[in-house]
Amino acid sequence: MHGASSWSFGEREAQRITEILRGLLRESGARSALLVDRTGQLVAQTGEAPTFDATAFASLTAADFSANDQLARMLGEQEFGALFHQGERESMYLADVARRVILVVLFDNRTTLGLVKLRVRGTVGALAEVFTSMFTSGAEPPRMADGFVGEAEDEIDRLFGE
Amino acid sequence: MSMINYASREINCKLVYYGPGLGGKTTNLEYVYQKVAPASRGKMISLATETERTLFFDFLPVDLGTIRGFKTRFHLYTVPGQVYYNASRKLILKGVDGVVFVADSQLERMEANVEAMQNLYDNLAEHGYDLTRLPFVVQYNKRDLPNAAPLAELQQTLNPGWPVLEAARQRQTPDPLHPGELLVWQADGQWFERAPYYEAVALTGEGVFDTLKAVSKVVLKALG
Ligand SMILES: Nc1nc2c(ncn2[C@@H]2O[C@H](COP(=O)(O)OP(=O)(O)O)[C@@H](O)[C@H]2O)c(=O)[nH]1
Ligand SMILES: [Mg+2]
Repeated sequence: MHGASSWSFGEREAQRITEILRGLLRESGARSALLVDRTGQLVAQTGEAPTFDATAFASLTAADFSANDQLARMLGEQEFGALFHQGERESMYLADVARRVILVVLFDNRTTLGLVKLRVRGTVGALAEVFTSMFTSGAEPPRMADGFVGEAEDEIDRLFGE
Repeated sequence: MSMINYASREINCKLVYYGPGLGGKTTNLEYVYQKVAPASRGKMISLATETERTLFFDFLPVDLGTIRGFKTRFHLYTVPGQVYYNASRKLILKGVDGVVFVADSQLERMEANVEAMQNLYDNLAEHGYDLTRLPFVVQYNKRDLPNAAPLAELQQTLNPGWPVLEAARQRQTPDPLHPGELLVWQADGQWFERAPYYEAVALTGEGVFDTLKAVSKVVLKALG
């Protein structure tokens, strides 16, 4: 049992993730790809910049996936590895990555669900490799620079000062 | 679980408001939403039923700005209080960095408070977290009501203290907010610690920011 923990990733992982997501968009014809962690935080975004509130979107995505996890269990499934939400013009396809993060692909009728699905499969494998090594190598908890806490406290007092 | 992204230089921390149904969790977030400068907060999302009770969660991102080069954000969540929404409550605790327990001070809600506290402990344990080791503060809300229980009784029932085993923490610590009271103390050869507590009237905002400040500071200290 432990208290709060944190995870982090650096320049190298971020670059690798962007590379993988760009490849996916190129090969699938999708508009945009986002990575959201299971706690609802936006991890990465590639492609057309979203016109919606990405922070809220990330939080709802995690909730959506978690709720569906519960539904899967009720059916006797471990999980639904992927979810598809179909709109008239815009659709989204969500896939689990190593049970750590969720890949969200946004696409319209310039491509097809079949192609997106196909390309996502390879992408998930590549991303899983990155995230799995990140979570196993990151034994040392990240620490912020000296002075961070003091400055953050001042900022909290200012913002929440009424 | 705070996420530190060194590439985009962002830190996100998750704070969860927990407690019995109708205790005032959503009201806390609504007050924060109203009072924080619009540039410093995102949209408030409420997944609520038609009768306005929280169904899944409320969500409010608050931006502390850039600190030592890192864009620092708090994600505030509330959970639904009703017993039958336990699955949602458990999901929202995933990756939590800090917890505010919003207790309803009304005497007739004492049992609901106790149940919610136990439920918080159990749900955290299922994720492998230990409440006594997380940044944690207790808020006694609805202090304006005539049927509010005395503080001493609320403390005794909801925040009586847990044993402190690590030698490094076994040091008498006064409660800076309540003169004459202790946060860490020794009794009968054993050491105990209790969570800091705040009185609040969330409806008017009294105590709302004090509570939020307290928990967010402990969360950030854990990163330093
Ligand atoms: N008198 C009083 N009423 C409050 C206070 N805080 C919240 N309420 C009311 O209590 C009810 C439930 O509050 P809500 O925030 O929805 O509770 P939640 O279920 O914990 O999210 C609402 O009618 C609020 O207006 C308070 O400090 N004093
Ligand atoms: Mg609520």
